[in-house]
Amino acid sequence: MSVFRTHVLLPVDEGTAQAGVFEIKRRLEKELDSRKLLGEVKVLESGSVGIVGKGVILAVYPDRVYYFNVRQEDVPRIVDEHLLKGRIAAGLDHAPIAAMEAEKSKVGLTREQRRVVLDKAWTVDPENIEETLAAGGYAGLEKLFAEKTAPEALIEEIKRSGLRGRGGAGFPTGMKWEFTRKAAGDEKFIICNADEGEPGTFKDRLILEGDPHRLIEAMTIAGYAIGAGRGYVYIRGEYQLSIERLRKAIAQARSYGLLGKNILESGFSFELEIKKGAGAYVCGEETALIESLEGKRGNPRIKPPYPVTHGLWQKPTAVNNVETLANVPAIVVRGADWFRGIGTDKCPGTKVFTILGHVVYPGLVETDMGTSLREIIFGYGGGIQGGKKFKAALLGGAAGVFLPEKLLDVRMDYESLKENKAVLGSGAVLVMDETTSIIDMLFSIAKFFAHESCGQCVPCRVGTRQILDIIYRIRRGRGREGDLESMLALAETMFRSSLCPLGQSLVMPVKSALENFKEEFALACGQAVKS
Amino acid sequence: MEAQALHIPDNEQYRELKRFIDSNRDVPGPLIQVLHRAQKIFGYLPLEVQHFVARELNVSLSRVFGVVTFYNFFRMDPIGDHIVNMCLGTACHVKGASEIIKALEKELGIRVGGTTADRFYTLSTARCFGACGLAPVLMLDDEVHGRLNPQKAVQILRDMRTRAAEAARENAANEKEEK
Repeated sequence: MSVFRTHVLLPVDEGTAQAGVFEIKRRLEKELDSRKLLGEVKVLESGSVGIVGKGVILAVYPDRVYYFNVRQEDVPRIVDEHLLKGRIAAGLDHAPIAAMEAEKSKVGLTREQRRVVLDKAWTVDPENIEETLAAGGYAGLEKLFAEKTAPEALIEEIKRSGLRGRGGAGFPTGMKWEFTRKAAGDEKFIICNADEGEPGTFKDRLILEGDPHRLIEAMTIAGYAIGAGRGYVYIRGEYQLSIERLRKAIAQARSYGLLGKNILESGFSFELEIKKGAGAYVCGEETALIESLEGKRGNPRIKPPYPVTHGLWQKPTAVNNVETLANVPAIVVRGADWFRGIGTDKCPGTKVFTILGHVVYPGLVETDMGTSLREIIFGYGGGIQGGKKFKAALLGGAAGVFLPEKLLDVRMDYESLKENKAVLGSGAVLVMDETTSIIDMLFSIAKFFAHESCGQCVPCRVGTRQILDIIYRIRRGRGREGDLESMLALAETMFRSSLCPLGQSLVMPVKSALENFKEEFALACGQAVKS
Repeated sequence: MEAQALHIPDNEQYRELKRFIDSNRDVPGPLIQVLHRAQKIFGYLPLEVQHFVARELNVSLSRVFGVVTFYNFFRMDPIGDHIVNMCLGTACHVKGASEIIKALEKELGIRVGGTTADRFYTLSTARCFGACGLAPVLMLDDEVHGRLNPQKAVQILRDMRTRAAEAARENAANEKEEK
């Protein structure tokens, strides 16, 4: 590796790509070349920095300066002033970066974040394993094998850390691994659920794009813990960049002996394969995902038996979400006590939230579990766009709940939200201002569920359709007496009798919308009755 | 219809698919990966291709058909040269995606799922691209366009046609010169 005095990072995501990051990169390299600086300054594409709406972003290290909204014509000035003369190019949109080595980093959103799962996601070139290694990648795996930690002791450490599934259900990860390890069978599997389909959620994509090696390391550790020699990453077909980067990362890891046979001379062998999904929301449910992996329609299985004993090909299988797994290497390196020191007592660690809708800074933020919803929307998200008033937040995607203003101080962790009849889900926070119609939002959600219902069980297949019909009526001002009651009764029935979480969760948006925004629905139905 | 009785043309497309299937014979549960490849080769999955896949993998046609119709990604009808995929996820919805869809339907004179008569555009919708920070978004082929309104979205489609027409004119001119 050659030594460069300065690194320029260009975070690549859909936002910056659209703003022309690749053109800026070419221009930058051209300008550097013409000033013979290419041997001193290294230009890197990095993962998303989590800032949305600031155009092309350019970060200069070790100076720790960001430039926002970089245009072609700004490039020569940045090169001449900053990269050649070493002073901040005046007149451009820029900001200092807080110490990146520290846990807390300021990334353009209005408050500091704590980054655990995303700590490398925008500071290393995700396509270069050497950078990942230099930044502490695979340190967990190395520690595990250097100290000859037994799988049982590793599971104990994960259990003690209190890590819970970040896909939505919040099941303790250590317990899931223990069940799988103890299940009878000679062949076991670890599956990473990267079929991120919850509307409003893109946290897993940014982890995969920004730090694919973290997932490889985590899955190898998980495979070692449960006794699996093979892992699968079931990934959304739409996530082209993630798939490409993960593929490259797997090949690199293999050539460095970090994946494959006898990893780091430990005697443990592990293979990892990518499986592309074909677009079905229900495949985010673990048994449907397994069916799909087996090459079938993604119809959920009847539980029990659970995948921990009867999973892929009826063999013991642990299915974990991307974000859950991404926590594992850090826990192995820094210990369960360190992890327990973050977040709340019952939900330790951080959570990645995606903040969307009518906020000033839509984007992604990683912060402590238990942070209040108000802080997320008004702190990190910068408040409501256009000086309007807050009306509601939809937490956890389509299978989520509508929260009104009076619940803004709820703490965002599994337990506190449960007390308020809400869910954390995938961590999506969709913010709606005063002009938004909750009826219209509920209609959009009902439509989504009716479309994505797999049709296997009657309550969900018929129930989603019926609820859609009712909300369609109400939306068009033709609500009838008793409509609200029957919508609720249908949703409750689906909750009790559907086979899988898809059918069981429509009750959440329906009930929370009806309870928290009663007047709006009553008005819509009442008017219709009168006219 | 008997799968065996079906006449499968012997052309490079089918030969390519056959090679892929043969190289994946020892992989368990290959159906979805095979269909992914088949759609890449043919552009869509007509019944004939499904018959071929069923026969090659030794599974029933109903099994193949069931999988094809289950997943959004697979299609049984030919599509246009360019695919317009409008996101209808919640984040895009709250930012007015349904207005854009209406404008696109009007502009192209087709409904969602349809293809224009000249096979230039296919209009489709998706649940969520995970590009919610840019909402509302559409994907034109592999490219994401965000922060749209109905006018902007329509303009993107018109620009694409203009570019295609210019390219066609240039091609024609070049060919003329060569002659």
